[in-house]
Amino acid sequence: MAESIPADAMHAHDDHHHTEQSIWSKYVFSTDHKMIAMQYMFTGMAMALIGGFMAYAFRMQLAFPGIDVPGYGTVTASDYNALVTNHGTIMIFWVAMPVLIAAFGNYLIPLMVGCDDMVFPRLNRLSYQIFLLSAIVLIASFFVPGGGFGGAWTAYPPLSAKSQYSLTALGSSFWLVAVALEFTAFLLGGINFVTTAMNARAPGMKIFDIPIVVWMIVVASILFMSSVGPLIAGAVMLFMDQNVGTAFFDPDKGGDPILWQHLFWFFGHPEVYVVLLPAMGITAEIMCVFARKKMFAYKTFLYTTFATGILSFTVWAHHQFVAGIDPRMANIFTVTTLLISIPIAEMCFIYIATLYGGSIRLTTPMLWALAFVAEFLIGGVTGIFLGASGADIYFHDTYFVLAHFHYTFFPIAIIGTFAGFTYWFPKMFGKMMNDTLGKIHFWGTIIPFNFIFIPLFVLGAAGQHRRIYNYEHFPELAGVEMQDMRVLATVSMLVMLVFQLVFFYNCFISWKKKQKDAGKNPWKANTLEWTTDSPPPHGNWPELPTVYRGPYEYSVPGREEDYFPQNVPD
Amino acid sequence: MTSRSTASLRVISDPRPVLPSAVLGMLIFVVAEMMMFAGLMSAYTIVRAGALGWPPPGQPRLPVEATAFNTAVLLASAAFLFFANRAYTRNRDLAKRPLFTAMALGAFFVVFQGYEWVMLIRQGLTLTSSIHGSFFFLIVGMHGLHAVAGLTVLGRAGLKLSKGLLAPSTFAAAQVFWYFVVGLWPVLYFMVYL
Repeated sequence: MAESIPADAMHAHDDHHHTEQSIWSKYVFSTDHKMIAMQYMFTGMAMALIGGFMAYAFRMQLAFPGIDVPGYGTVTASDYNALVTNHGTIMIFWVAMPVLIAAFGNYLIPLMVGCDDMVFPRLNRLSYQIFLLSAIVLIASFFVPGGGFGGAWTAYPPLSAKSQYSLTALGSSFWLVAVALEFTAFLLGGINFVTTAMNARAPGMKIFDIPIVVWMIVVASILFMSSVGPLIAGAVMLFMDQNVGTAFFDPDKGGDPILWQHLFWFFGHPEVYVVLLPAMGITAEIMCVFARKKMFAYKTFLYTTFATGILSFTVWAHHQFVAGIDPRMANIFTVTTLLISIPIAEMCFIYIATLYGGSIRLTTPMLWALAFVAEFLIGGVTGIFLGASGADIYFHDTYFVLAHFHYTFFPIAIIGTFAGFTYWFPKMFGKMMNDTLGKIHFWGTIIPFNFIFIPLFVLGAAGQHRRIYNYEHFPELAGVEMQDMRVLATVSMLVMLVFQLVFFYNCFISWKKKQKDAGKNPWKANTLEWTTDSPPPHGNWPELPTVYRGPYEYSVPGREEDYFPQNVPD
Repeated sequence: MTSRSTASLRVISDPRPVLPSAVLGMLIFVVAEMMMFAGLMSAYTIVRAGALGWPPPGQPRLPVEATAFNTAVLLASAAFLFFANRAYTRNRDLAKRPLFTAMALGAFFVVFQGYEWVMLIRQGLTLTSSIHGSFFFLIVGMHGLHAVAGLTVLGRAGLKLSKGLLAPSTFAAAQVFWYFVVGLWPVLYFMVYL
């Protein structure tokens, strides 16, 4: 063993100072965590565009039934099903997960805990490659005979299990394989995140000196890895039902269709927290920096997160109140569901307490962070109605549910991502984004967002059912007032999509700028990623940093500057 | 000011991980795998509890005794892996023999299970013959896949050992996975066969 150690060290040395890599090994087969993060980020954003385009196509059909949608054509009933199914699947599994966990996790964990790369870099590369393959399989599912899977993103059997109902024999199997591959990718990623944060921290960084966003990604990874197993088991069973002829979910032959719902939601509900927690962490980082204040109750925030994580495993059956579960069981799940709003509310209070008395700077990232809390609160509060089994029996499968989870997932996946992206853009590319354009994009996204989903709350409360392709066929839902609200939602969505062009333009001109104007630490932040060059070199630091204090020492009394980076000795 | 004075007292030492990264990574993976088997077992338990008779009429009886013997073989393989580890900490060359014995016993287990499968299929228990057959082949097959994967991991460790390149953390991670495969089996045997 003794002789292999210097060889290893030499290899590492060689790795980090080798500047002339071929394009192929630098951009495609890189094991550098920052490059893999960028791959995840841009694949996720491309998938967001695809998912957004799907939303555009089916919202146009809902507002103007039967029209020839520009850029898509006529949306048929089976197209509609495939579009809504894959919109949901893509936005959760191919946008929220890769961007919030994989991209930010890969980029931030090594930089924030002060090491040169992930603990298992090749596993990390494999993770992205499997993820890319899963995205390709999913997109391919649209081009097989029968078209894409249209049985909703929850894939309940028998619709998903039997091709005589779904009419997409190949599409459903492709969808399932894509989802299973995607889980494998995140399993590999999650192992890396937890191990790196636990084992590769810089000297001096104690467990409570870890920035909160790293903690959130670690807890989210643990939640993901402990909840995904039953769904993988269920996916194997469903795949066999589809293709081998078993009958795990077929009551005719002794199977149980509700079983899938349990296996799916046992994963599905913790999954909400898997994507929520990283967004909460990003928000916390941004708020501390732009309020120039120490984070209020760091440890409480952390323990609250653990509590949320544990509770999130006990709430899944609130998705099944109308599926014929025992009312006594429904009562228990109502209680646990309402309980889980307590830790999340506590976290929101911690944000407010962090802001209180700070010297707040309304930069673009800060606006996104504030909007995250405000909008997510609406999503959380409307969840109370759905968690209570009595109210849920009325609201189930209406647009109220849809508006509720868009008020949670949009802040998570879109607002959280924009917050993080605009905040770390200077680090990623070494250049500042245009703040004015950033604010135009912010308001152009937030205002239409509310105009999309508030009408949908109203429609849902009025009894508008989901999964209906053309409301003209339902006289009690086809009234002028209801149709007007559908049109309002669709037009707001178009406005919001147009404003995304501002974002891409802003990215493009900022990236094109000749001079790198960001410097090492444009926001005057404390955490370690701001102590290296922007963008960080391969290997992150010429010499790895040492940590002397917690991440949020802002406005420390008796210091000239209002920030105190983690790596500065007293 | 108190926070500054306490901060200056901080002793900076290189953090020594509680568990080597390879072992921690493998443990996390094993937890995810356990949850997958928990999902399978709970599905199996629910369907079995709701069935009118188990195994369903007309389906062959599972070879309880032969599999009990096979279970013992698998447990013996874990014991030999334990001996291999003990030997490894003293003299690495002595670890080869128990490690390869452990692998041979593991391979015997997999082959014997395969032989059982062939016999059961001949007797009319197949993946699609009943929900009993579906669960039997799914659960036992899933474990078999893990056993094959475990043998591959051990084989790689054995190869490195004979070249004198086996790092302690790699060996420990391989052991974690094999102990998982072995430790899971009695549970599955108890729930599926009995």
